[in-house]
Amino acid sequence: MAHEHKLEIFRGLLKFKSNTQKIWGVLIFLTIVTVIEVVLGIIKPESLMVKVLGMKALNWIFIILTIVKAYYITWDFMHMRDETKGLRRMVVWTGIFLILYLIFILLQEGGYVFRVYDEGYIKRDF
Amino acid sequence: MSTTVVNAETETKTWDGGNQPLQASYGKMMMWFFIVSDALTFSGFLAAYGFSRFKFIDAWPIADEVFTHFPFLHGVDAPMYYVAFMTFVLIMSSVTMVLAVDAGHHLNKSKVTIYMFLTILGGLIFVGSQAWEWNTFIKGDYGAVQTKGGNILQFVDTDGHRVALKDFVTSDDHAARAQHEDKNGLWFVSEGTLPTYSVDEVLHGLEAHENILVRTQTLTENGEKTVLSRAESLEQIKNNGKLVVEGANLHVNEYGSPLFADFFFFITGFHGFHVFSGVVINIIIFFNVILGTYERRGSYEMVEKVGLYWHFVDLVWVFVFTFFYLV
Repeated sequence: MAHEHKLEIFRGLLKFKSNTQKIWGVLIFLTIVTVIEVVLGIIKPESLMVKVLGMKALNWIFIILTIVKAYYITWDFMHMRDETKGLRRMVVWTGIFLILYLIFILLQEGGYVFRVYDEGYIKRDF
Repeated sequence: MSTTVVNAETETKTWDGGNQPLQASYGKMMMWFFIVSDALTFSGFLAAYGFSRFKFIDAWPIADEVFTHFPFLHGVDAPMYYVAFMTFVLIMSSVTMVLAVDAGHHLNKSKVTIYMFLTILGGLIFVGSQAWEWNTFIKGDYGAVQTKGGNILQFVDTDGHRVALKDFVTSDDHAARAQHEDKNGLWFVSEGTLPTYSVDEVLHGLEAHENILVRTQTLTENGEKTVLSRAESLEQIKNNGKLVVEGANLHVNEYGSPLFADFFFFITGFHGFHVFSGVVINIIIFFNVILGTYERRGSYEMVEKVGLYWHFVDLVWVFVFTFFYLV
């Protein structure tokens, strides 16, 4: 079986000459993302503390950057980019659908329990 | 009749094995499906963590104040640097793994060996770091008082800096109770290590030091912990203080809600177990590579399969890092 790799990342913006080169390129990208996360986590800029859709903007940035990292780990390190569409969809969409469903249900329920405490039906501050 | 036979023959070719509609071998495909199910397990844990956090959204510990240590730097406030280092080690070992897979495609035995070795090394550094992280977390550094309602009261000076119990509480040896041991008490009852101080001693220490205040877990508008006034501080410890807590275990946690410690132990522990088993599998494959098993087989696909598992472990850590340390 020939081992052909798709050597483009960022939708073809960056094309590498060999698979090894692509691996190092992705490493550099992932390192930059991690450094951004850590720096933001330490400075915690005031301007990013505003709430967007019920959560701090900073937390949205962290979550989005995490998903970006997860994408490049799966696509380039695990070679998902080179798999067939069928396998890719089976693995990715199954996971994403079930995880989103689970997160929605549990966070909704957690928020409800918080309101029960908060509105004083159950006393917790003693 | 003959046409049906012909049809049956082509059917047989499709269904009697060896056919790869997804262009991936059986083993690789099953590794992917295992990864899907394992990803669901981990997201179950992380979502449960989210549930508990949303339940106590106004009193959850701030990760920056919990993980502030770096090996060999005592007393230096270094939030997150060590976890960032651990993350980098894991990503790096993922890179060496994918390089080993790539060398395997070129049937380059010596390169696969070197890269597999580096991957194992990275895995061991990571597991060791996690053990260190657990150790610091379990030991704790400031100590706190737990109330009757299970809330945690910490101590700060008037500038808002944390103060350790040992800095203002003096232990009264005569008042101390001996730890119950099963060899000289009830043999079927066991008791953990007693705290260094009793709540009364903490109260005396607090009364003697005018500049020390109590900090509760409740978060203010700015996302900082609420500091009580001097009068309220004494009141809280006197009326509600029940237990002195030092460090963290599955029952109590000086950093805040015990659930935080429970989830920390459970999720990082489960992930650490994955890293550990990944290292063991990598070692087995490493020796197979050295012995030339895959060279004789003419394919290094086995390296690719354990590689998938190893990358998955890295992938999970990326999420654990975000939800435990950043958000």
